[in-house]
Amino acid sequence: MSTQISSPPTPPTPKSGPQASPPAGIWLGYLGLLGPAGIWLGLLLVLPTLVLFELSLVPGLEPGGLVNPSGLENYLRVFEPVNLSVMKRSLFFAGGTTVICLLLGFPVAYWIALLAPKKWRNLLVVGFVLPLWTSSLLRTYAWITILRYSGVLNTLLTSPNPWLSNLGLPTIPRLELLNDWPAVLIGMSYGYLPYMVLILYASLEKLDRRLLEAASDLGANPIQTFFQVTVPQTMPGIAAASLLVFITGLGDFVDPELLGGDSTMTISRLIYNQFLKTNQWGFGSALSMVLIMLVSIAIALLLKFGDRNAAG
Amino acid sequence: MSQTAVQNPDANSTDTGLDVELRKVFKVFNGETAVRGVDLEIHQGEFFSILGPSGCGKTTTLRLIAGFEMPSAGEVVIQGKSMTYVPPYRRPVNTVFQSYALFNHLTVWENIAFGLRIKGLPKAAIAERVKETLKLVKMEAFTNRFPTQLSGGQQQRVALARALVNRPAVLLLDEPLGALDLKLRKEMQVELSNLHQDLGLTFVMVTHDQEEALSLSDRISVMHEGQIEQIGTPSEIYECPQSAFVADFIGDTNLFRGRVYALDASEIQVVTETKMKIAVQKQSSSMSWNSQEAVVVSVRPEKIQLNLEPSCVQGNCFEGRLKHVMYLGTHVHCVVELNSGDRITVKQPNTFASLPDPQTPIYAYWTPKDCLVLASRDTA
Repeated sequence: MSTQISSPPTPPTPKSGPQASPPAGIWLGYLGLLGPAGIWLGLLLVLPTLVLFELSLVPGLEPGGLVNPSGLENYLRVFEPVNLSVMKRSLFFAGGTTVICLLLGFPVAYWIALLAPKKWRNLLVVGFVLPLWTSSLLRTYAWITILRYSGVLNTLLTSPNPWLSNLGLPTIPRLELLNDWPAVLIGMSYGYLPYMVLILYASLEKLDRRLLEAASDLGANPIQTFFQVTVPQTMPGIAAASLLVFITGLGDFVDPELLGGDSTMTISRLIYNQFLKTNQWGFGSALSMVLIMLVSIAIALLLKFGDRNAAG
Repeated sequence: MSQTAVQNPDANSTDTGLDVELRKVFKVFNGETAVRGVDLEIHQGEFFSILGPSGCGKTTTLRLIAGFEMPSAGEVVIQGKSMTYVPPYRRPVNTVFQSYALFNHLTVWENIAFGLRIKGLPKAAIAERVKETLKLVKMEAFTNRFPTQLSGGQQQRVALARALVNRPAVLLLDEPLGALDLKLRKEMQVELSNLHQDLGLTFVMVTHDQEEALSLSDRISVMHEGQIEQIGTPSEIYECPQSAFVADFIGDTNLFRGRVYALDASEIQVVTETKMKIAVQKQSSSMSWNSQEAVVVSVRPEKIQLNLEPSCVQGNCFEGRLKHVMYLGTHVHCVVELNSGDRITVKQPNTFASLPDPQTPIYAYWTPKDCLVLASRDTA
């Protein structure tokens, strides 16, 4: 008690001058930098997502006066077997495309980054990204003319082939690729391969070649060096590229719609149908929310994975 | 220690075991010849240094031994086997890289275990050898750290351990101490020397630091423009350089270009381009010179004495003026301009009480046996 009173007065803390802490105006200025993008995100992403969430809970948005007993009904419908199989198919397309792009893209990126002559590298990268300069819709229509029953591919395959007939082999039958899952995988892989190559190239180009020499020096043959040094060293790039392809593939609408036919219903096509064909906005919103959740989980995995590698 | 100290001279004196041989090795990169006709014989258990200025081809020579480069011509033999076109992962050598090249996705322990895991050793054996090697380089406390969490000196130790754990026939060191500060470099030099004595391995080190090469090596090869200028023990290289380049590169020296004008049984008289007459004692090992032959005379700065009185009892005494003094702690570097116009560097112990002013004549003196006559080709 008394000590508190008799204790000498603490020296007054020096007044924080203008140098000690930046004036509030600066912080407002910094926030101003965020302004345009922040408003953009708020109006066009956060707000619509909230509206979507509300719609997904509101029953009675179906035509014909049918009223859902509760808001969660829409979400329960998502987990009906028919719709679960649609989601499984979406994951299959996105996952399959990611695997195909990784398997096709890694060797290409590796070759451009590590083996190709240095002066050609930029040209090769640009060449590989060139398809991105055309409309994705156009590219998809091009695939239709290639893959359809009487298309370019089948015409080439079934044209009289002197080598095959000389060997006594039967001619190849026409392939039914279009309007089924192979066409979707082909179209999606083609569309996303440049992204995969671009990101992997950026990662591989930064790879320290001396580490490859060190591995070789320590007795690792080229295959061991690849799996024990090259792959771990470029893992952040592999993860980033794979997740970009996976996320974009999960929301892809054009490829399944145009190449897949009726048998390849995906989550994005289902959402499209709810809003524009069957007018079930509530169910469509619930599906959208589930898609957003799936993508968020993928991004969360990327952040966790990427961070661990950055720390190592 | 005492054991190895006894063993080591034996290992060095037995010249029968050759660990590395390069036979007339050439390496051409895009039309530029980095290595031209290098012949090397490195003995078992030897600490061998390849010394030279940057761009002399010393690192390329090391990379040829490691297998990172294939020679354009010639042969590389390791422990009696031709390894010319054998890839690095099948050679019994390991490298300590200049930049360390540690795997930053692996811990210290995993980095060191890398080579043993590749060889598929049993886990217990790997653990034991990694532990042993960690102790050898005094890094037991850092087992689970990642390389990015270590200082330069610690990374250097891990790089050393990662190579040594494989028990290579030859350890290759590419400027191993180049990235360390002076004090740490001195410490690591002592440790490298101790490791070499304790392990009895053949060390081949590339360096541009002549002091490092002189203090650590059993033998040194001095390289210049892709060729070997001289191979010898540190004292041979320093005391009896066989070319003006070696004399100039190893330590400091004063070089005088001139011609032989008189010869007798014990001395060579040289007249320099500036009309100085220098007497040089004939060396038993030195080649024979002809009259009028263009030569270079080399005098080490520490072999020259400065006097205020002319003291030409015998040998070379030249009058000059003190131009510049550099104070270097243990000694003093004086630049003296001789009356002939030549400028020479003189290294004096730091006992020269008072230095004369620039107007006072000063006499530089050295004996005929303190200087050398060298062939004048490719002077530095």
